[in-house]
Amino acid sequence: MKPIIRFKKFFRFFSAMPALGWLFGFLTAVIIEYLIGDNIAWMLGLPKIPALFGFLIMLKKPLLIPGASAYIIIVYLLPLTLTARFCSGTINKIAAKLYKLPTPVYTVLYLIFLYIIIDIWAGISDYRIVTIKLTFIAIILTLSLNVINGYMGEFSCSHTGFMALGAYTASTVTLILCANDKLFGEALLPSYLAPFLFPIALIAGGIIAAIGSLLVAIPSFRTRGDYLAIISLAFMFIVKSLIENLEVLGGARGMGSQPHLANLPTVFIWTALSIWIINNFVTSIIGKATNAVRDNETAANAMTVNTRKTKIVTFMFAAFWAGIAGGLFAHVLCYVNPGTFGIKKLAEIFTMVYFGGLNSVVGSIIGAISFNLASEALRPLELFKWIIIPVIMILIMIYKPTGLVAFKEFNIKKILAPKGDK
Amino acid sequence: MTPLLKVENMTHFFGGLRAVHNYNLNLEKNKIQGLIGPNGAGKTTVFNLITGIFKPSEGSVKLDKEEITGLFPHQIASKGLGRTFQNLLLWRHLTVFDHIQIAHYSQINYGLIGSFFGTKKRRKQEAEIEESARRLMEIFDISDFANMLAVNLPYGAQRRVEMARAMAIKPKVLFLDEPTAGMTPEELIRMIQIIKNVRKEFNVAIFLIEHRLKFVMELCETIQTLVFGEVIAEGTPEQIQNNPQVIEAYLGKEDIT
Repeated sequence: MKPIIRFKKFFRFFSAMPALGWLFGFLTAVIIEYLIGDNIAWMLGLPKIPALFGFLIMLKKPLLIPGASAYIIIVYLLPLTLTARFCSGTINKIAAKLYKLPTPVYTVLYLIFLYIIIDIWAGISDYRIVTIKLTFIAIILTLSLNVINGYMGEFSCSHTGFMALGAYTASTVTLILCANDKLFGEALLPSYLAPFLFPIALIAGGIIAAIGSLLVAIPSFRTRGDYLAIISLAFMFIVKSLIENLEVLGGARGMGSQPHLANLPTVFIWTALSIWIINNFVTSIIGKATNAVRDNETAANAMTVNTRKTKIVTFMFAAFWAGIAGGLFAHVLCYVNPGTFGIKKLAEIFTMVYFGGLNSVVGSIIGAISFNLASEALRPLELFKWIIIPVIMILIMIYKPTGLVAFKEFNIKKILAPKGDK
Repeated sequence: MTPLLKVENMTHFFGGLRAVHNYNLNLEKNKIQGLIGPNGAGKTTVFNLITGIFKPSEGSVKLDKEEITGLFPHQIASKGLGRTFQNLLLWRHLTVFDHIQIAHYSQINYGLIGSFFGTKKRRKQEAEIEESARRLMEIFDISDFANMLAVNLPYGAQRRVEMARAMAIKPKVLFLDEPTAGMTPEELIRMIQIIKNVRKEFNVAIFLIEHRLKFVMELCETIQTLVFGEVIAEGTPEQIQNNPQVIEAYLGKEDIT
C-alpha cells in the first residue's frame, strides 16, 4: 500500500499544475540546456547534447545509456518536478489572471510562450529544427485527413496526391518568382519580396489541391467505403505519374533549390492557423453535418442537410490543408520529387490518424507528434523500426480500436484553465 | 381551402413491380391522418416518394401550393416536411443535443466563412439554435439526456429524440413512420399524448403510418387503407373499422362452406 500512496503523492504536484506550469517547467529546462547543456553533456561523458531526449544515443551506443538518462533527469525532469513542487501555487495564480482575459488573447499569449520554448529547444541543432518542422507539417496533414476519414467517415487514400499538388504548385510559384534555378531561370522579383509571396504561393498550392479533390469528391456521391478508397487511391497514382512525366516540373528527378522560406516561425504559424480553422469548422453546425453524413446519410438528408455540398466542401477543405502542408514540406526540404508522395507516406499519415484517434483534433495532434518523434527516435534501429511501429499500431487497434483520444472535442479553454489547489 | 399537402395520381414502379398506384392525398392544416395497411402494402414507399428519397414515376406532390416533385430530399425537408423513420435512423456517434442542433442546418446562413473563422454572425446564430434546441428537448422531455449518445437511450426516448429532431427543421407537415413500433403499452399512451401536444404546440399537420389500431383510432381524424399499393378505403376511423374490404385485407375472406 505505502509505496503506491507515495507514488500518488509524487504525482499530485503534477496534477495540480496548469498548462502554464508545464510551459514554465519546460522553459527552465530549455534555458538550462541552452546555457550549460554542453557542459552537462561533457561531464556525463556524452559526445554532445542528446538531440532527441537521448533516444538516439541510447540506441546507437548502449554504453552511454546511464549518461543519457542522467542528462534527461538533470535537464528536463528536475526542472519540471521542481516547478511542479514549489511554484504550482504562484503559477496557478498567474494562470487564473490570464484566464480572465478574452479567450483569443490568452490563447495567443500561450502560443507565443510555446513558440519561445520551441525556438530555444530547436536552436541547439539543425536536426532538431528539421524534426520539429516536419512534425508540425505532420500535424496539419493528420488533422486534414481526419476531417475526411474521421469526421466524414469516407476512406480517402488520396491525401498524398493533394499534398503533391500543393507542393508542386507552391514550389513552381516560388521558383518562378523568387529563385534562380535551372528549370525556370532567373527570379522575376527581388528576393526581399519572397517572404511576403510565400503565403500566396502556399494558398495557391492549397487551392489547386482543393480543385483536384473534386475528382474524388464527385464520385463520393454514389460510392462509399471500399469503392471510394480505390477511386481515391487511383487519384493519388494519377497525380504521381502525371508529375513523373511532366518534364517541365523536372519529371521523376524532382524539383530542387526552393528558397529557404519555411522557417520555424512560418511553419508554427501555419500549424496554429490550421488547428484553429479546422477546429472551428468541425465544431460548427456545418461541420457537425459531416458527422451526420457519416453516421446516416438518409437521415442527414431528411434533416435538411445538403449531403452533396457537405461532401464537396469537406473534401476541398481537407485537400486545401493537405496542399498547404505539401507546400511547406517542399520548402522545408528545399527539394521535392514525386517518389516522396507515394504509398509509404500515405501509410504514415494513416498511422498518425488512426493512432491518435478518429474524429478528434487533440487525437490528431497527439498522434502526429508521438508518431513522428517515435519514428525519429527509433531511426537507429533501421529496419527494425518498421517492425516495432506496426506492432504498436496493432496493439492500439486491439486495445483501443478508435485510437488514443477519439471522439473528443478540442476545448482550448479547458486545457488552459488554472487548476484549483487542494 | 386548398390542402397543405396535396398528392395527385402518384404512381411508382420498382422495375416491373408497381409499388404504388394512383395514390391521392389531401392533408389539411392541423389534421392528423393515418395510413394503415398490411405488411408490404407500400406504406413506407409512399412516405419515401413524398419525401423525395425515391422520385415518383408519375404524379405530382404539392406542399403549400408549391410543386416539390423531383426535388432532393434535403430541399423537400427544408421546405417544411419533417419525418421520422420506421427503423430509427439516429446518428451513432452523436449526442442528443447534437442531433437536434444539426437538424437546424437549413436555418443557418453564416456560410463557410463563418464556420471557418468563428465570426460574430456564427456565434449569434449558433446561440439561437442552441436555445431552440434546448426548448425542443424540454418539450419532448429529453433534456436529461442532452449530452448522452442518442443510441444509448431507452427505446421510447430514442423515438422522442427522432421526433424532436424532425420538429427542429420547423416543418409544416410531420411524417411519422410507425412511431410506436416496439413500444410498451405505457410508452404508447405517452406517445399519444406527445403527438397531441405536438399538434397543439407547433400547429403542424401529421401523417402517420401505424399498425396498432388503438393508437390510430384514438389519434387520427381520417384514415387511408393501402393494400398492394392502392388505397382501398378512406374515411373516419369508424368507417374504416366497419369497412368490409379493410376487414378482408387484414383478416382474409370468410370461407362459407
